[in-house]
Amino acid sequence: MDLTSLTIDAARTAVQERTTTAFALAEACYARIQKEDGQIGAFLTLSKDRALEQADRIDRMAAEGKTLPPLGGVPVGIKDVMSTRGVRTTAGSKSLSSYIPPYDCTAVARMEAAGAVVLGKMNCDEFAMGSSNENSAFHPVRNPRDLSRVPGGSSGGSAAAVAAHMAVATLGSDTGGSIRQPASFCGVVGLMPTYGRVSRYGLIAFASSLDHIGPLTRTVKDAAIILGAIAGRDPMDATSADVPVPDYLTALDKPVRGMKLGVAKEYFAEGLDDEVRHAVETAIDKLKSLGCEIVPVSLPHTRYAIPTYYLIATAEASANLARYDGVRYSRRAQGVRTLSEMYRRSRDEGFGAEVKRRIMLGTYALSAGYYDAYYLKAQRVRTLLARDFEKAFTKVDAIVTPTSPTAAFRLGEKWNDPLSMYLADIYTVTADLAGIPGISIPCGETKDKLPIGLQILGKHFDESAILQLGHAYEQATTHQSA
Amino acid sequence: MKVTENDVAYVADLANLELTEQERIAMLRDLNSILDHIDVLNELDTSDVPPMAQVSDRFGGGDSRQGSERFFYANREDVVEGLRKSLPHDTALANAPDADEDFFTVPKVIER
Repeated sequence: MDLTSLTIDAARTAVQERTTTAFALAEACYARIQKEDGQIGAFLTLSKDRALEQADRIDRMAAEGKTLPPLGGVPVGIKDVMSTRGVRTTAGSKSLSSYIPPYDCTAVARMEAAGAVVLGKMNCDEFAMGSSNENSAFHPVRNPRDLSRVPGGSSGGSAAAVAAHMAVATLGSDTGGSIRQPASFCGVVGLMPTYGRVSRYGLIAFASSLDHIGPLTRTVKDAAIILGAIAGRDPMDATSADVPVPDYLTALDKPVRGMKLGVAKEYFAEGLDDEVRHAVETAIDKLKSLGCEIVPVSLPHTRYAIPTYYLIATAEASANLARYDGVRYSRRAQGVRTLSEMYRRSRDEGFGAEVKRRIMLGTYALSAGYYDAYYLKAQRVRTLLARDFEKAFTKVDAIVTPTSPTAAFRLGEKWNDPLSMYLADIYTVTADLAGIPGISIPCGETKDKLPIGLQILGKHFDESAILQLGHAYEQATTHQSA
Repeated sequence: MKVTENDVAYVADLANLELTEQERIAMLRDLNSILDHIDVLNELDTSDVPPMAQVSDRFGGGDSRQGSERFFYANREDVVEGLRKSLPHDTALANAPDADEDFFTVPKVIER
């Protein structure tokens, strides 16, 4: 049995039935990390002590015949924007290169309470800003499917680790597409839950009204299992929703016959790569053959989504990153004489180019004289975008789109053109702006064998529908992540 | 050109960022290119559209609530250590670049 290729259920069952141990699973992953991660760069920090302590705890439970929790013994990675007590957490930034959090992110604590074994922290774009994982202050991540290409971002390490079997599952974060797009580029499943479904407590904030935590996994069922473990109200996050968490697994096998799927013409217009279009249209045909009704819908404000996102996200980021001032926990510049010099030089040394660019754009958009024309305007357009979805969802249960206009591009290809990088987020930012859930699942490959992702968007708190559709598609095809 | 060199200097000041000369030049170019693209938002008449500051506006109570009452679900009793124990003092200072037993220490705040 190849211990590194098991799904969550298979791994947990094997540990419960003692055909293997949590310890052996963790060791197998670490061996694989040792062998492969030099080339891929998915991990920034390994947390062996913590992992093996947890594995030991789970193994003792299994030995005593106790029923293991849903993630019992399952080796996972955590994107390095989520705080892990006692384990270095960098957000992919030099400003936090020695930061050791004194507390755990709620989502991480819930994963561990459910038995997950945290192997280490995943590389990501600095402060989650990027679509290629080339903005990590440490080293880029390479796509395991083609090492000359990007894994996507900002949860590039999280996606690559699952694709390369270095972890069974990972947690990532999504603000403009950062779970779904790397999942699409690496050929794995990536789920972004509804805003507020999962607590953001302990997630190093980028844009507070847009940030989400979610799982990257091999199968849709695995994503459903993790969502069940991490979702739910958290008093430590005032924006976490007081909405009951359903049993996501019972919905999974329900037939999709009769479900209405919206296809929006704005997501199939110019800029969409032909091979991606073909794979996604074929996937939609497959869903139709399973009994879904395809309904044309329109999301007319789609073309305004990128400018809206890049005003709101950067404005919120400029506020959220003000705390990295070198005073309490972030990098402090040496040899400074005044407080003011300390702030500037510490931030200059700690932040990379993309982070500075976004802070500047956001600060400009909020500054006196520009606030109305930029930030407030973007907030109004955000309402229009949300209304587009509300209207569409009166006619359909879910909306299917490509996750990204292209498959994975080459390292360095978009590095010098920030705007071109931003425009690649066109199909993913809309869901973040509207707060709706979205999942990306593998639906084919280009002729160069690069993965292509199908995105399914759902109504607020209707993760069950998108999981059900994703699962049905996955079961009916051979595109499940290997 | 929307953004001028002066704007870049002013905004960098607000953001407490120290940019090198090269960074300023690149920033000028990048900001202008991005803001040019953002101009497309002016095609939309949003005079009657309310701004959406917070997605969870939808989650709190009914539409009848006003102001902070809409976020009633986020309220709790104002009790010391009501949600959890505060961090011990030394833990809170553990990541400090410079600290004494009680405080974070920083360079002089007020010039004399």
